[in-house]
Amino acid sequence: MTRQQILDLYFMDARSKLIDIAAFLDRVDRAEGEPDFRLAEFRKALRELEKGEPVRARAVLMSLSDPTTEPIASASGKGAVGAWPGNREG
Amino acid sequence: MRYIEPHGHMVSRVTDDYEAMITAGCRAVCEPAFWAGYDRSGPEGFYDYFCQLTDYEPKRAAKFGLPHFTWLCINPKESEDVKLAEAVIALIPQFLDRPNVLGIGEIGLNKNTRNEMKVLEQHIDLAARHDQLILVHTPHLEDKYKGTRLILDTLRADSRIKPDRVIIDHVEEHTIQMVLDAGFWAGITLYPESKTTPPRAIDMFEVYGGQRVWLNSACDWGRSDPLAVPKTAIEMRRRGHNDDTIDRLVFQNPIRFLGQNPRFTVR
Repeated sequence: MTRQQILDLYFMDARSKLIDIAAFLDRVDRAEGEPDFRLAEFRKALRELEKGEPVRARAVLMSLSDPTTEPIASASGKGAVGAWPGNREG
Repeated sequence: MRYIEPHGHMVSRVTDDYEAMITAGCRAVCEPAFWAGYDRSGPEGFYDYFCQLTDYEPKRAAKFGLPHFTWLCINPKESEDVKLAEAVIALIPQFLDRPNVLGIGEIGLNKNTRNEMKVLEQHIDLAARHDQLILVHTPHLEDKYKGTRLILDTLRADSRIKPDRVIIDHVEEHTIQMVLDAGFWAGITLYPESKTTPPRAIDMFEVYGGQRVWLNSACDWGRSDPLAVPKTAIEMRRRGHNDDTIDRLVFQNPIRFLGQNPRFTVR
């Protein structure tokens, strides 16, 4: 497909998701209290969008991933939260 | 259109879903053992679940003309209790001769713990001893990249395991390359929120190729869509892919992998 065809097919969907992200950040800013580590990790991941290579999806996923290599001793729960707390909980 | 649903947790779905799937062109559904949303109290609960997967559920699917296959294991979400896992793994061989059993799955990791690793190794050993196909679940969200690397290392450490008889499921853009480079099959899971959307799945197909890739909905009791595979096929048409290419991805590829077990006779 040409770039024009991609735009024709996906621009409105991407525009909608972009505004959703903007509204989410506005909502967080308007709220009170201290956010946990996920907000900083989200903002860090957003910076990957500005880079010029067509590997942004991979880069965002890596930005939110646990980069360590050793199994952990045990887990406190079953669920995942979507971002890696890193040294904040290390 | 014709397609295979290679990963659907149908015990969690209503019969209307079977009707919708068969109407959309589904020719077979395959159901890996998974977490029920709560921890079972003991091995007896798993015995009952394996009976459900190998006896009741194929009969329910057959009412709608849909062949039903299954995979057996204790899911990684219940693998932290190693003693329970060992008791459940000991139950599995008596079910391996059931006519709809395709292999061991979905095994893998959840939070990448040492106990989960022990149970993963035991599942791999079980599959190797009984010459079974393997379906692997990779962890969610922030745990996926690390977990996928640990899983690949563990599989490669067992010389009895042939990569082309193992599918690593729930790959995303940061894990698909390492899975394919290691010679394994890759499963792309289509979810409304987590995992992958249809446009991203097609992106991966276009970038990495579709030689050893399948699509699945992994529909279960959470937010998921049992028609995600045919909807993605429609999206592929919008992207300009022809019917032969779509058929290879959603029908022929699952048959190429699953057909390694002679019980999977769908053609």
